[in-house]
Amino acid sequence: MTAAPALSVEGLTKRYPGVTALDGMSLEVRPREVVGLVGENGAGKSTLLKTLVGLVRPDAGTIRVRGEPVALRGVAHAASVGIGMVFQEQSLVPNITVAENILLGAEQTCVRTGIYRWRELRALAQAQLDKIGCTVSPSARTDTLTFAQRQMVEVAKVLTIEERTSHEPVILLDEPTSVLESDEIATLFTQIERLRQRASVVFVSHRLDEVLQVSDRVYVLRNGRVVAEANPRTVGAADLHHLLIGREVDGSHYHDDAQKPCDGAPVRVRVEGLTTGGCRGVDLEIRAGEVLGVAGVQGSGREEVCRALFGATRALRGRVTLDGRPLRLGSPRAAVRAGIGYVPAERRTDGIVPPMSVAENLSLSHVDRVCRGPLLQPRRERRLVDRWVQRLGIKTPSPSTPIGTLSGGNQQKVVLARWMLCDDLKLLILDHPTRGLDVGAKSDVYALIRELAAAGCAVLLLSDTLEEMIALSHRVVVMKDGEVVTTIDTPPGAKPDPVVILEEMV
Amino acid sequence: MTAPDVVRQRTAAATTASAPSGGPAPAADRRRAPRSAEAVQTTASLLALLVLAVVFSVLSPQFRTLSNVVSIVDAAALLAIVTVGITFVLVLGAIDLSVEGLIGACSMTVALLVANSRTGLDLGLVGVLATVLLGAAFGLVSGLVATRLRIPTFMTTLGVNAVGLGVATLLFAGVRPVIEDAGLRAWASQRVLGVTVGSYIALGAVVIGWLVQRYTRVGRYAFAIGGAEDIARLSGIAVERYKVVAFAIAGAFYGLGAVLATAQLGSGVVQAAAGVNFSAIAAAVIGGTLLVGGRGGVLHSMIGVLVLTVLQNGLILTGVSPYAQRAVEGVIVVVAVAAATWPVRHRLGVVK
Repeated sequence: MTAAPALSVEGLTKRYPGVTALDGMSLEVRPREVVGLVGENGAGKSTLLKTLVGLVRPDAGTIRVRGEPVALRGVAHAASVGIGMVFQEQSLVPNITVAENILLGAEQTCVRTGIYRWRELRALAQAQLDKIGCTVSPSARTDTLTFAQRQMVEVAKVLTIEERTSHEPVILLDEPTSVLESDEIATLFTQIERLRQRASVVFVSHRLDEVLQVSDRVYVLRNGRVVAEANPRTVGAADLHHLLIGREVDGSHYHDDAQKPCDGAPVRVRVEGLTTGGCRGVDLEIRAGEVLGVAGVQGSGREEVCRALFGATRALRGRVTLDGRPLRLGSPRAAVRAGIGYVPAERRTDGIVPPMSVAENLSLSHVDRVCRGPLLQPRRERRLVDRWVQRLGIKTPSPSTPIGTLSGGNQQKVVLARWMLCDDLKLLILDHPTRGLDVGAKSDVYALIRELAAAGCAVLLLSDTLEEMIALSHRVVVMKDGEVVTTIDTPPGAKPDPVVILEEMV
Repeated sequence: MTAPDVVRQRTAAATTASAPSGGPAPAADRRRAPRSAEAVQTTASLLALLVLAVVFSVLSPQFRTLSNVVSIVDAAALLAIVTVGITFVLVLGAIDLSVEGLIGACSMTVALLVANSRTGLDLGLVGVLATVLLGAAFGLVSGLVATRLRIPTFMTTLGVNAVGLGVATLLFAGVRPVIEDAGLRAWASQRVLGVTVGSYIALGAVVIGWLVQRYTRVGRYAFAIGGAEDIARLSGIAVERYKVVAFAIAGAFYGLGAVLATAQLGSGVVQAAAGVNFSAIAAAVIGGTLLVGGRGGVLHSMIGVLVLTVLQNGLILTGVSPYAQRAVEGVIVVVAVAAATWPVRHRLGVVK
């Protein structure tokens, strides 16, 4: 094939404070080809996709569409050159009809001098739906559709860009299968086969077997780079696993020698039959000083377990005891009082109050430590904060600096210190505690986790990478579709291969 | 932060801290098709209307007379016009508190432009048209200030309300302009088939409002913006422009409302529509045009207008003290709003 690639990127680089999301990434998508992209969280998949639809401007590198370099200005501009994306979080307006959604912002002749021609609009939308053989009615209200139907509508919507360019489009599918049932996935794959007749497709997924099944070529991404290009006909899922995980970080990064065995320790946290909207009948036990990892792909329900334990999500059923005492579920306040700490994954929205000072953020959950009666004691707060800033090596100009101006690593240390203030912390829930941190900050956070565990705190850990989880944990529980599938021991000195856990996850 | 980030975070936090704009449903609800909460809502508000009518019919024989039905329709006219206007703003997920100031200014304006006791002008229908345009201009200002300066609409429109009242007081200048234009007076006095001309004008306003909402780009985009503003913006819609236009449309309806109020009062009055802002928002919400945006519409709001008007009428006929009436109305409105938002209550993690 001598034709120019439908889409190619060269040396694409994007840096955020503290992280390099894309580090000179280069790849190409040929006409009518299905390209798979795999990589762990933080490998740069989503940043790459956002760059390709103009939502993120790269710091360096070029994007070429059919050989021509382009500087994408946004979704509409990307669509005009023939690149469309089906977002992971669906991007349909719920309260309007399917037809309106499909043609939203690009109604062409269906709206003349501001007046809607519904019949024409429906006909045009129907034509889009027919392209992919979707049987949804164009006049149905979007929020009455099932999740899978809405995804089909999104594919139909993306295909409207065919009418806007004279070329075949490139369709980006961001984790399209993560919330679908198996029969829905089969339907989606049929759609991809149809798309192949008229477009190039980029397929991103966590599920390696699916990527192998549907793709013509697979790129493996790690740390913002392409580390391998694989041919699905000659490569198996196990080979991909190894490429994905990589091997370059040694034990000292995780402070391996600081991990203490916890075999004889008493059980601090016991969870029985925990059921919420996203998980069913989860049983867990965490010993004093134990780090329990919970592994699972998106939709496995592990985030739900964390949130329910902290009372941030309503539990439908289940019993939780801390040191034998029952915990009242459904109230974060009760959880904090009982000695539970929670470090949420979305630091900027759930973890910190950006405009408030480092000191205020630090004492947020245990204000009583710096109060006398109802009054705040600024001097006590200052002393306490100074001590923690020093102890954790938090780099901040002063305790009164707004926390939003600190780097991610320092913000996260403050969030951790918030819970370490509690004298009697029994359980610390860490939801992706190192997300978005650079290598040095990660290592610092690992050291703090080790320290907390050594002091007898039970730790529940969710992690972006399996490697990190295995290194930090004593045991790893694997969840799938809302249920616990298995438990794998990961004791100090005898860590299993990540592939063992990955195979249980998917 | 890019818009998809926002979307994602909202889903991640849907169960605890989703924006009051009714973020995506929690994970468990996502795959099953939700039964239409709006259909339930419509049934409920129609049922409330029916219950009120039955209760008052039993309590007061006078309530169930034809002449009382006519007076309910006439009494609903002003509120109906204003509620059509405010519905355009509420559908966006915004709020408008400028109604009374705007009507005050427009009332004085129309009274001074048509034949009246103070100025020598006699512009007739041209004066009425100019007043409607003045209302649109006020709305335009609200919209522009809110979108360009990025000030929350409740604050912007409160400011415009004060400006409107100020302008009205200046125009009043201590002497009430009594209108002498026969055509305008007829809006309140002349009856066709027993109902005043004003009521037909209100009916016309409702039909126009409904057509605009159903068949024009600004009407449909208002729904899309109220339903998911970030997605609308990602689709290339000029969100700010359509918000401004929606505010201007609302202002035009308030201007028309001011003309009717002036005709009914017989003169330009600064406080021509005292209390109508609260009633209009309440009527819209009772009818199913929720404050979260993207829900309901003109026809829904009209159910609420009838509920409120029947309530006021019934309270008078059953002999409830006029002083207690406002309080009773307030309680009923709060209860109705709580009931209306009940199905989505668990998603409103943070209420400000």
